[in-house]
Amino acid sequence: MKYWEENRECMSREDLEQLQLERLQSTIYRVATHVPFYRNRFKEIGLDPDGFRSLGELSSLPFTVKDDLRNNYPYGLFAVPLRDVVRIHSSSGTTGMATVVGYTRNDIKNWSNLVARILTAAGVTKDDVIQIAFGYGLFTGGFGLHYGAERLGASVIPISSGNTKRQIQIMQDFKTTALVCTPSYALMIADTMLDMGININGLSLKWGLFGAEPWSEAMRAEINNKLNITATDNYGLSEVMGPGVAGECLECKGLHINEDHFLVEIINPNTLNPVEPGEVGELVVTTLTKEAFPVIRYRTRDLTRLIPEPCSCGRTNYRMTRILGRTDDMLIIKGVNVFPTQIENVLFEIEGTEPHYRIVVERENHQDKATVLIEVVESIFFDEMKKQRQLVDKIKKKLASELGVSMDVKLVEEKTLERFEGKGQRVIDKRQL
Amino acid sequence: MLKIRNLEAGYGKLRVLKRISMHVDPGEIVTIIGANGAGKTTLLHTITGLVKINSGEILFRNNDLNRLKPEKIVASGCSLVPEGRQVFSTMTVEENLILGGYILTKKEKGGLKHEIGKVYELFPVLKERARQLAGTLSGGEQQMLAMGRALMAKPSLIMMDEPSTGLAPLIVKSIFKVVLQLREEGNTVLLVEQNAKAALGIADRGYVLETGKIILQGVAEDLLQNRDVQRAYLGREMD
Repeated sequence: MKYWEENRECMSREDLEQLQLERLQSTIYRVATHVPFYRNRFKEIGLDPDGFRSLGELSSLPFTVKDDLRNNYPYGLFAVPLRDVVRIHSSSGTTGMATVVGYTRNDIKNWSNLVARILTAAGVTKDDVIQIAFGYGLFTGGFGLHYGAERLGASVIPISSGNTKRQIQIMQDFKTTALVCTPSYALMIADTMLDMGININGLSLKWGLFGAEPWSEAMRAEINNKLNITATDNYGLSEVMGPGVAGECLECKGLHINEDHFLVEIINPNTLNPVEPGEVGELVVTTLTKEAFPVIRYRTRDLTRLIPEPCSCGRTNYRMTRILGRTDDMLIIKGVNVFPTQIENVLFEIEGTEPHYRIVVERENHQDKATVLIEVVESIFFDEMKKQRQLVDKIKKKLASELGVSMDVKLVEEKTLERFEGKGQRVIDKRQL
Repeated sequence: MLKIRNLEAGYGKLRVLKRISMHVDPGEIVTIIGANGAGKTTLLHTITGLVKINSGEILFRNNDLNRLKPEKIVASGCSLVPEGRQVFSTMTVEENLILGGYILTKKEKGGLKHEIGKVYELFPVLKERARQLAGTLSGGEQQMLAMGRALMAKPSLIMMDEPSTGLAPLIVKSIFKVVLQLREEGNTVLLVEQNAKAALGIADRGYVLETGKIILQGVAEDLLQNRDVQRAYLGREMD
C-alpha cells in the first residue's frame, strides 16, 4: 500500500488551504471559548477570534512557548473537561518543569491514524511485525507508535526500551520486520549483534523508523548498512501530539508534514518573523484538529527548513528537513530532554550555592554519555574518600531521579572550570552525529 | 466542488451568517447541523442566490456564485430541495417533475423522459402516483417528490433542507437511505438537518452551526463522538 489516506496526503494545495482555514477558524473559536489562557491573550492584544479570515493572518496570533505550558501545569491549557480526556501524557522533567498533555477519544483516533500514515510512508504494512523499542509510559513515543501500528494492522511487539540482548532474541524469534527506536539505540543493537556473532542476513528485519533525537545522513547510512534495512526519520513532540507530526517516505529526502492536522511556519528565532521561503529557522506548529490540547503557534525550538517542491512519492504535503539543531540549550540524552537549568537546580539544592559546573556529552559505542563536572571546595579532596564518594553518589542519584536519565558526576577543584561573563556555554557536546 | 470562505449574509441589518468557511468535495455527503435559528436555511438560501451575500465568497466548481440569479445557479448544477417540500400541490406528480426539469427542456429534447424514468427508478412509489395530485401524497412521498424534482435538473450538488421534518422515524430512515443511494451513484449532497444523529449517521463530514457561526467541523464519525455535540445535539447527558 502506497498511501494510508490518499485523499488527504495527496490533496491539491488549494483544497488543503481551504481545509486548513476551516479547521483553524474553529480551533481559534474553541481555544478562545474554552481556554482562559488563550482568551486572555487574545484580549490583551485586541484580537477578535471571530475576525480571523485567512491563513496569512496567522502571524497576528501570539506564540505559545514551553513556559506557558509549565505555568499552566497540569491541566490549565486543556480545552475540554477532564471527564472527556481518555489519556494523559507528560514530557520528561521534574514536577515543576514538566508539561502535561491530554487526549480525547477522537484525539487518540486521529493520532493513531496519523502514525499509520507515517508507518505506511516508511514502508510498513499490516503484514509487518513491528518491534517498538521506545519507552512506554508518560513519554509519547511508545504509545504513539503502538496505536498507529495497531491501527495499520501490523503485529505489534510492545517490548519497550532497554535490555538489548532480549531485544535481539525477540527480534530473531518473533521474526521482527520493522524496528522502532532512537537511531542511536538501533546502532547499539547492531553492534551488540556483531559482538554476539549474529548474522544480520539471517534476520527478517526490513524497515526502521527512528526518531526522538537528532541524527544524520551518516548515521542513516551506517544503520542501513549494519542492519540491512531502510531507515526513515520521523518527527513529533508531545506538546503538539507526539510522533505522527511528520515522517519520511521511502524517497528519504525530507519528512512529509501532516499539514491537514498541523499548520507549520518557519520563523527567525531572533526577530520572530517568518523566514524567506526555504530558509532555515525555528519550526512553529498550530494544531488544527486536537480537541483536548490544542496549541496555537507553539514554538518547538527545533531548527529545520521547509521543502515545498513536490516529492516523487506523490504526496503533496510539504516536507521539512531532518531537525538541524535547537534554538535553546535543551539537550537530548538517550532520547530524554534535559535542560541545563534542571541540573543547575539539583546542584544548587545539594550545595546551597551557585554551582560552577560543566556538562560534557559524548557518544560511546553509539550510546550517549553525559558527565557533569562540578567545582567543589578544595577541602573535600583532603577528606576521606568515603565522603567524596557519598557526595558523588548523592548528586548522581538526585540527577537521575530529577532528569529521568543517569549521568556521571566528577568533582573538580575550585577555579578549574573556565569562567564566563554573562550567559556561559555550560554544555560541551562532543557527539558526532 | 463547493467552497465557501468567510461568508457573511443576512436580512437587512440583521447579520445571520458570521464568517462561514466550509467546503463540499465531489462524491461526499456533508451535513450542517444546528438548532432552530442557527442560520442553516439562510446558508442554503445564500448559496442558491435567494439571500444576498454581504461579504466573503462562494465558489461552485470554481465559479463565483456571488450576484448570480437563482436560476443561473440551478443551471450551473446546484439544486435545492426546500424545507417543507414545497411541492406544487395542485399539479400531478409528473407535472411537478417536468417543472423540475425546466432547464432540460430547452437544451435536450427527449432528455426529459429519460430523467423522469430515472427518478421513478429511484422512487418507484412516484411512478405509481404519477397522475395523482401532489397535494394528496403523504409527507414522505412529498419529500421524495421534492427530491425527484431537484434531481430533474441533473445537479452536481443536491442541497436538502431538513428533509426529516415532520416525518415518522421509519420514513426518515427510508429518505436517508435514498440519500446514501444518491451518493453511491456519484452525486454530491449537502444536507441541512436538525436531526443531528440521523444526519451524522449517513454523512462523511459535518459542520456544527451555532448562532450563525461554525463552531465545530470534522469527520461525521468524530462529531458523533464529540462530547459537546453529544450534549447539545444528540440529547445525551453525559455522566
